[in-house]
Amino acid sequence: MALLEIRGLTVEFRTTLGPLRAVDGLDLDVEKGEIVGIVGESGSGKSVAMLAVMGLLPRTTTITAERLAFDGADLLSLSTRRRRALTGKAMAMIFQEPMTSLNPCFTVGFQIVEGLRQHEGGSRRALRARAVELLEKVGIPAPEERLGAFPHQLSGGMSQRVMIAMAIACNPQLLIADEPTTALDVTIQAQILDLLVELQRERGMALVLITHDMGVVAETAHRVSVQYAGQQVELREVKALFADPRHPYTAALLEALPERSSGRLLPTIKGVVPGLRDRPPGCLFEPRCRLATAHCRAVPPPLAPAGDALARCHYPLFEGLPQNHPGTAERAS
Amino acid sequence: MSAAPGAAGPVLRAESLVRSYKISRGMLRPPAELQALRGVSFGLDTGHTLAVVGESGCGKSTLARLVTMIEPPTSGRLLIDGHDPAEGPATRRRLREAVQIVFQDPYGSLNPRQKVASILGEPLLINRRMSAAERREAVAAMMAQVGLRPEQAQRYPHMFSGGQRQRVAVARALMLNPRIVVLDEPVSALDLSIQAQILNLLVELQDRYRLAYLFISHNLSVVRHFAEAVLVMYLGRVVEHGGREAVFASPQHPYTRALLSASPTADPARRGRRIKLVGELPSPLHPPPGCPFNPRCPLANERCRIETPPLQQLNGRLVACHAVEEGRAD
Repeated sequence: MALLEIRGLTVEFRTTLGPLRAVDGLDLDVEKGEIVGIVGESGSGKSVAMLAVMGLLPRTTTITAERLAFDGADLLSLSTRRRRALTGKAMAMIFQEPMTSLNPCFTVGFQIVEGLRQHEGGSRRALRARAVELLEKVGIPAPEERLGAFPHQLSGGMSQRVMIAMAIACNPQLLIADEPTTALDVTIQAQILDLLVELQRERGMALVLITHDMGVVAETAHRVSVQYAGQQVELREVKALFADPRHPYTAALLEALPERSSGRLLPTIKGVVPGLRDRPPGCLFEPRCRLATAHCRAVPPPLAPAGDALARCHYPLFEGLPQNHPGTAERAS
Repeated sequence: MSAAPGAAGPVLRAESLVRSYKISRGMLRPPAELQALRGVSFGLDTGHTLAVVGESGCGKSTLARLVTMIEPPTSGRLLIDGHDPAEGPATRRRLREAVQIVFQDPYGSLNPRQKVASILGEPLLINRRMSAAERREAVAAMMAQVGLRPEQAQRYPHMFSGGQRQRVAVARALMLNPRIVVLDEPVSALDLSIQAQILNLLVELQDRYRLAYLFISHNLSVVRHFAEAVLVMYLGRVVEHGGREAVFASPQHPYTRALLSASPTADPARRGRRIKLVGELPSPLHPPPGCPFNPRCPLANERCRIETPPLQQLNGRLVACHAVEEGRAD
């Protein structure tokens, strides 16, 4: 049994233009001690899916799933109290902007101890000692002094370390990191990624890393889920994904990376991600796909096995060649 | 474009640019001095791209503010097309037309209450004597150049996606036929598939108008793709300056090496071979004595902690490092 089981997770927001489906039938298992990367562009639903898992979405959101379970416990039917006991303890999350994630009105020490007191309790002195230990663990120099610091006195990298300290305070089994390094400089980004991987290995924690940066995924994740417009389009082991992508969207994304191109002009994906009202009836990537056929336009493809991958495509790529593709003759204009 | 005096040399030349700011520390203490730029020199030729890379606090944005003449340098000289903006207000006014800027965030850099037609027409309204009809025509022509449809002229910025907004920002920068465009992280707020579209647009426009780009970015793979020359900055100083191939294939300065090895590449096989930099950028208010990089440098020795290394020609590029000079860097 996987630590986190997600089957058919769908999240809808109510908007004035009608329901907006941010996540559309997500399937994902996260095993103990595994790093899963979720990549996708903005609007692909990667953050919203994980916020749903954490139970951090507003009440007006409609969350449905065939199964949404953490360590065997069904999250959707769990009472609010039991759920709160899980959130922040067994599963924790860190966010993109460390500066705005910390409360500016309280000291770092207070904010770290707050979660510990809630979930585990203990004497003031014991809690303080734990906080110092945690700050040391995440590589903050002079941790004793830093306990009394306010968030504005810390740099971005330091704030993110504090966030990580708070997240791992109760020894979570699952840590969800939502773009943890996007707001940071490159050398600091490398430090934070190394820290996350080190903590994950040491504690056997599962880590879900949400990012839009293909480089970050390539260097940290074991398995990768590629998302497009709320759907999962490819699920894959990381090396195979970068060597031989199955879905045309993944392939196009990798081609558009400046480091993979040789010419002066980059290969591009024409058009933009479909919005709320212009979602195509068939495959969601069809309007932008160079291999799209009439079949793609009419019938949405299921997420199906394609070699060693799961891919949501009628004609998955092998070594760059689409399988069972009718060829250029029948290709839609 | 008419042959301006000095057109033979680089279109942009910076000579020992220094910019410092007074930071107030309250009523009773004297203000502190923050040196954001500490003597930066470079040249940029017509039709070429110079990338400026470095982390926050290295002075990239201050450099952009000086080059666009938003602020004057505290000392040093800027030559645009052979003219110094310090010559007088008339020169400055003329030169400001020749240098334009595209900002990072297309959501913040366009006025939400202006339609695209008026955003693009405004530079002409202020700087050119044109009738409304002529302006409309110029706006429509520029919109076609950057890949916007004519009917989009009557739309507001919020009706566009991030990529299209960045197209509007690029179009606005080009309305006055500039010679130099400062691109301040023009694609870092955009999604990957859109990033490629905008980079291609910038390449096409550069070829068409012989634009000189000063490309500020922290994304090294974009820089490697886009720029011919690279200027690596650290704490307000240039630490390495050279051609793209020289800098990327055989980086010399320890900071350049660390920066290159720290930036993630989309290749799972390359995992784990990073040069680890300890610590963070020191505060520009209290820069370390000697080489600004010495507290984080794996090669630092006694000399590095005392003596600031000059920028000198070594191994086919300019480097400011004692270790490279002494041959200790290999």
